[in-house]
Amino acid sequence: MKFVKSIGLAILGSTLAIGGAAAQDKTVKIATEGAYEPWNFTGPGGKLEGFEVDLANELCNRMKVKCEIVAQDWDGIIPALQAKKYDAIMAGMSITDERKKVIDFSNPYAAGPNGFLVAKNSPLAKMPGTGQAFNLSSQQAEGEKAIEALKPVLKGKTVGVQVSTIHANFADKYLKGTAEVREYKTTEQHDLDLAAGRIDAVLADATALNGTLRKPEFKDYVLVGPSITGGLLGPGVGVGLRQGETALKQQFNDAIAAAKADGTLKKLSEKWFKIDTTPRS
Amino acid sequence: MDFSFMRDTFFSLLSGVPLTLNLALTAVAFGAVLAMLLALMRMSGIRVLDAIAQAYVFVFRGTPLLVQIFLIYYGLGQFRPTLQELGLWTFFREPYWCAVLALTLNTGAYASEIFRGGLQSVPHQQVEAARACGMSGFLLFRRIVFPIAVRQALPAYGSEIILMVKATSLASVITMMEVTGIAAKLISQTFRAVEVFVVAGLIYLILNFAITRIIMALEWWLSPHLRRPPAVEPRLEAAHV
Repeated sequence: MKFVKSIGLAILGSTLAIGGAAAQDKTVKIATEGAYEPWNFTGPGGKLEGFEVDLANELCNRMKVKCEIVAQDWDGIIPALQAKKYDAIMAGMSITDERKKVIDFSNPYAAGPNGFLVAKNSPLAKMPGTGQAFNLSSQQAEGEKAIEALKPVLKGKTVGVQVSTIHANFADKYLKGTAEVREYKTTEQHDLDLAAGRIDAVLADATALNGTLRKPEFKDYVLVGPSITGGLLGPGVGVGLRQGETALKQQFNDAIAAAKADGTLKKLSEKWFKIDTTPRS
Repeated sequence: MDFSFMRDTFFSLLSGVPLTLNLALTAVAFGAVLAMLLALMRMSGIRVLDAIAQAYVFVFRGTPLLVQIFLIYYGLGQFRPTLQELGLWTFFREPYWCAVLALTLNTGAYASEIFRGGLQSVPHQQVEAARACGMSGFLLFRRIVFPIAVRQALPAYGSEIILMVKATSLASVITMMEVTGIAAKLISQTFRAVEVFVVAGLIYLILNFAITRIIMALEWWLSPHLRRPPAVEPRLEAAHV
């Protein structure tokens, strides 16, 4: 039923997009993944919920447009944007140079650190650098030293990441040859495999991992490792847009700036992540 | 279409072919044994065995392979303590063995029906003729029933093998980096889904083309009676004046 409905919406959406270009009160269709708690996820009733769902509605109010939020699998989320199935992506997508080659981004609306989720009784729980923070853009030498320090601990271990994320890129660049890296379609899947003991650690966004830690089956797990940002991890999470849509980008930038200025971003991120993820710059 | 990108993609995806073929052939090999067993159970005339085999085929043919892979991998992963006690965890820990198991159980169900069809299509007269010549038991099975059954079942079994090669693509959901897994990774790096999937499709076509040729050769080899007899030179001296 959901599937039939989404096809219906897609058809409706594309006709609206054609007609909407001329009309003023247009509908902005925003895609999210719906499997990345607490950023965006499908609630018990099948409804999309999370930080980005709240934020999208908030931004649309400020932009004075009608919003429609749809779920789209992560691995097809950029191709479908390019195929004009929707107009924007808000799915915890970090701004990276790789992605900038094919799509455009608004200014960041969140900037969260990453971390490793491991079992409390695993040798990895004593990972060096826990509690420290490095920015690979401004402190490249120190950051890379901290990563080097991780290698002896991770040697021969298996690390899970979600395919097509900054964490997968990070693992590809820094952990290849040290640890075995397995790529999963969703974060829920690598969490399941961590709980099953098939992998020794999950590398992901700390905000998402904090969400995982709140689940009862992860009470014996802990978040470790240095929090690394910048460099190939990018400046934060932004709205993904098709290239050349400068008017829409400007609207999103203005709305994000306004939400940041009056503290709405802080309020929403504290509601969902328990920490403030408002980008500093 | 960017052809130099597609050429690079082709070579990247080729590195997944060994795993694709490994999964397919391992599963087909184990699956054939399982299928033979199931087919014999169905034809045994022993009601309990027949019912077990029927139920098995019903379940594994009636549910999607993707669901089976998920249940075997993520589902059984939740019973780790029990599996560890049974000493089975080293097997279920590895995505490779979970994929092989799911593919084997699946192809076993489909192939058992193909084998049963082949065995049942062996003409009664031939079996009776063999008995009249004094063959019975295993000798009868090996010399008469099995060769004829294989010949009958081969075309359908050939498509089952091809289906298995394509089914290995589902192993990518449990982190196996076979052709489709690598394709998904390439798409996530380049966001060029169309080119990558066109090339991936091409690789499966090439693999399956080779497999169809092998099956055709086997069919030809097993069916000498359907071939035109070699042309015999007419003997000249036979044509007397």
